Amino acid sequence: MNALPLVLTVFVACAVEAIEALTIVLAAGLTRQWRSTFQGMAAALIVLAAIVGVLGPTVTLLPLTALRLVIGALLAIFGLQWLRKAILRAAGYKALHDEASAYLREVAAAQAAPASSRRGISDWYAFTLAFKGVLLEGLEVVFIVITFGDNQRDLGAAVVGAAIAVVVVAATGVAVRAPLAKVPENALKFLVGIMLTSFGTFWGAEGAGVKWPGNDAALLVLVPVVAVISLGYAACLRRPHRADTAAGPQAPVSQAEGVSGL
Amino acid sequence: MMRALKSFGAFWYDFVIGDDWQVAALLVAALAVTALLVHLAGVNAWWLLPVCAFAALAWSLRRATAGKSTTGKS
Repeated sequence: MNALPLVLTVFVACAVEAIEALTIVLAAGLTRQWRSTFQGMAAALIVLAAIVGVLGPTVTLLPLTALRLVIGALLAIFGLQWLRKAILRAAGYKALHDEASAYLREVAAAQAAPASSRRGISDWYAFTLAFKGVLLEGLEVVFIVITFGDNQRDLGAAVVGAAIAVVVVAATGVAVRAPLAKVPENALKFLVGIMLTSFGTFWGAEGAGVKWPGNDAALLVLVPVVAVISLGYAACLRRPHRADTAAGPQAPVSQAEGVSGL
Repeated sequence: MMRALKSFGAFWYDFVIGDDWQVAALLVAALAVTALLVHLAGVNAWWLLPVCAFAALAWSLRRATAGKSTTGKS
């Protein structure tokens, strides 16, 4: 398979995560203190780099069939989780992800937290907020980089896609000094869910011993089919919504599902 | 120590499996059946996993939205 789809998929998935991490870093830096925020961010990036450095090459040592079965299954499960949330958001059953309001929540919490220094860090709250934010969002990036990179036996291309995404988002964040609320994040999350589910299904089935018709070209059919069916599900769920809104809005299913918020 | 291990396990469970474990269980079962069909029955069941993934997603969405209303934000 050409490295371009791999780089593009990893780029979009990582850009979404980087935007969420940027919101947290900006809230910590602009509200509290940049020095401790950068220290927290750097500590998280070192941990993430160590995970990629250790896990990436180790996972590559597994036989390709076993790798595709396990990683494909994990990726498909992970992708369906993204897709489920994206469809619920698109259909109006779950609140849309909004970086501007996420930023305001983080700022309010950061302003309310007392200042304290620990272990040579002058603002422990800013450090831990930046560390946790970058680490949690970064873990999803690491997961995607390792699964895509190792499955395609091209970890370098996956790392390049992720690095470009992080640099682009960070540079934009530095330039505008505000959360990237104008990026169509919910649409991107939908797209990422489609890609993760498609690749996970493709590799998982290959790992189980299947020979796809047309080999890698099957992905050119699988991705649009997953997209059309997912959009169809969203459209079907949206129809009753129109009748509901006529009667007045009610409580959503959930506005805070999952550890990462995806 | 046990609490830390439990938190670690809970984090990874939530990270990979997420809100609906039944989707994961269905997908794993579909992979197992696919492997059995390929290796024991000699059937190239490439279609099985996508079909099961779509069915699992539809079932999960149906359960998530049953009897619920929307945010009115779509």
